[in-house]
Amino acid sequence: MKFLSSTLLQANRLLRWDCFVAALLAMTLLAACAPADLNAPMPAFDTGVDPNAWAQVPAGEFEFGQHEEIQSTGAYEIMVTDVTTAQYADFLNAALADGSIKMDGDKVVGYYPGDFFRGVKHEEEIKAGDWLFLPLNDPSQRIQFDGTRFTVQAGYENHPMTMVTWFGAWGYCKYNGGRLPTEVEWEKAARGTDGRPFPWGDDIQRNNANFYSSRDPFENMQTFGSRTSPVGFYNGRTYEGYVTLDSASPYGLYDMAGNVWQWTGDVYEGMHYRFMRGGSKDTYDMDLRVWVRNNATPTYFSPGVGFRCVR
Amino acid sequence: MQFIKTRFNYLFGATKGLILVAIAMIGMVTAVWGMLSGPMAEMGVREVVIKLLHMDIVQAEREGRIIILYHSIAMAVVAIETYMITGLLKMKPFFKTAINVLITVGYLLTMIFGMGFAYFGHNWAFHGLYITGLSLIFFAGVLLCVALWPWNKEYYVTDKEYAHTRSGFDLERAAFFATAVTTVLSALFGAVPGSYYGHGFETFLAENVIRYPEKSVMEYSIIGHLHIMLALIAVMITLIIGRWLNFKGILHKFAMPLMILGTIVLNLGVWGVVTPLEPVAHMIIYVGATPSMFAALLLLIWSWNKLIKDGTAHLAKPTFLQKLGALVRDPLKFGPTWQMLFMNFTTSGIGIFMAVKLEEIFRVWPAREERIELTGHWHALSAIIATIILFYYGDMIGLKGKVRQLYGWAILILSDIALAAVTVFEMKRLFITEAEQQPLVNGLMYAIDFGLGMLLVLLAVVMVWRLTDLFKGKGRWSEEKDQELSQEVMK
Repeated sequence: MKFLSSTLLQANRLLRWDCFVAALLAMTLLAACAPADLNAPMPAFDTGVDPNAWAQVPAGEFEFGQHEEIQSTGAYEIMVTDVTTAQYADFLNAALADGSIKMDGDKVVGYYPGDFFRGVKHEEEIKAGDWLFLPLNDPSQRIQFDGTRFTVQAGYENHPMTMVTWFGAWGYCKYNGGRLPTEVEWEKAARGTDGRPFPWGDDIQRNNANFYSSRDPFENMQTFGSRTSPVGFYNGRTYEGYVTLDSASPYGLYDMAGNVWQWTGDVYEGMHYRFMRGGSKDTYDMDLRVWVRNNATPTYFSPGVGFRCVR
Repeated sequence: MQFIKTRFNYLFGATKGLILVAIAMIGMVTAVWGMLSGPMAEMGVREVVIKLLHMDIVQAEREGRIIILYHSIAMAVVAIETYMITGLLKMKPFFKTAINVLITVGYLLTMIFGMGFAYFGHNWAFHGLYITGLSLIFFAGVLLCVALWPWNKEYYVTDKEYAHTRSGFDLERAAFFATAVTTVLSALFGAVPGSYYGHGFETFLAENVIRYPEKSVMEYSIIGHLHIMLALIAVMITLIIGRWLNFKGILHKFAMPLMILGTIVLNLGVWGVVTPLEPVAHMIIYVGATPSMFAALLLLIWSWNKLIKDGTAHLAKPTFLQKLGALVRDPLKFGPTWQMLFMNFTTSGIGIFMAVKLEEIFRVWPAREERIELTGHWHALSAIIATIILFYYGDMIGLKGKVRQLYGWAILILSDIALAAVTVFEMKRLFITEAEQQPLVNGLMYAIDFGLGMLLVLLAVVMVWRLTDLFKGKGRWSEEKDQELSQEVMK
């Protein structure tokens, strides 16, 4: 009897715990089940930064990487901002018209000459042929195709082009007479020659860049989460009461930390992965340090990955 | 003066006092430094803590800081396990005293001066003391191996209930010995590259280099070191829990040889990553992990069976529910083995699943997603080890009645909610896109923060209780100072 009452007491207690846990799980599930509105109204701001502008980076040495290894580059020009969706739509229209790209169902594909395959462990072969530039059937895609022309979803014209694969980024730069920056070129353009960890200096504040939970006007962490900001947004201007810090790099580039990861052009021996730099709207500030690398298969696309070109 | 002396003798002389100090130190570090990362970082708490404590956070040194933080916590956990071993197993009093003194001074130096160096400016004397602390812990480990020497005939067993050879060689002691020896050797796989990279500045986190096709021997050594040390801490806590619960019988006789074999093969596999055996090292690791995990399963089966039998001994034909009631009647004795089972869903299962789905996951996901999975699964394993220690600690300090139930079930449920949510978070890319994930992430974060936050609150309550107890002349501490863990092994 004593055992029984003890067991019942235990069961009663367990039941109460169960109720508590069930309530907690229910709350969690309710919070988790509310769908994210991917087309929630987007504030529109003109940043005044020209996405067609290029910055000069002089030849010379600089401190590369976290441990400041000395590297050097030749002189080159690099885009002041990420490639915008409007610029990418213009490219798609022109390239489709002259046959440089083609449609494959809901996908835009283009030719890539392939990479030398060494068969290293985990390496995948990238053969010559048509590769995915961007998908059109993904709800996060801000470029639409009506059967004849590519257009940009209203409000996203001056946002960085995202949902684009490495091949799509490579194809854009090539078509426009440029190329993707190497990692060394990218980092030099981001930090200059004084070894700083962020494009603007030594420390990061919330209004330096668009990163995870940076409380910018484009995010709502309770619903859809982070979204991209217009290119050049963090230029010291105030947008309807939201004050930004001028976060240009020493060479005048914007968004070299946060907003979107940027594809770089290096193809490394024995690996098919392509590297990205700069961190994004979805990453903590630690990933915005200029030496931090991310990588993915070249067919990867994401609402947090874009690019810019050099020439 | 007498007041301080008696408390000092308890806190730094008695096994239970030593464990209390180490748990309190880990709790403090976890509470303060937990505020530097998500979700406290998003809420702005991090900036406040940094300013309030005058921390010196240099962006380029984050990786070095984190390595010191991990070591500070891990060394205290190693110290707790060592206290448990010296309290549970027979050894000469000299060894027990020497090991406990060395490891206590060692982990305190490591933690206090390591964290001082990493987060409060770079006083190089602090760095030296941090290294001194790690060295003392290493020497304590060497002494522990000597103290555990299983071929000493003093420690031979004759009781047929326990695994031993015909001559009486104690296989459980041999399993402790094998784990201690391999832990000491595996520490070298961190110490050598640690010295190479120098001062924690020019180092790296393993999760950031995992995809590079070519890694240096030093990089492999660090990757191997962190994996094997955590695995060995897990193996050791399994052995400790087995001893506390008085694991014996036929399953003990199967489990102990398996544990010895598994530990040795697992280590050979991990050490192999820095040799030409690297291409087959993973296979050796799988071969070693299997018997170790099977031995833990045997402990689970034995202990659940014992809990059920003990709890229903007075019933002629217990029903399923009565058996279930008996199994879960004491959460502190049910909890450790339940957590070992649960670990298969949060750590081992995930690892195997990832390996099976390699083409779908690691070949496609960006490195950052892989990093989340990697760091998530070893944080989950660390948390599970911590909860198992807390279950044992709850029993050790004599929790009874409703408090025992509340303490035990709170640890089990809160940690499992948090760790289940962590597991879903790690795997979310399998079923939700980046663009659509935020509501799910929020829900999971609530569960994780609630689970871990409340667990820390519970721990804080226990610590405050223990602190106030120290001010009582005849507090619980005065009883604990003369108690030893070996006397409290289950009958």
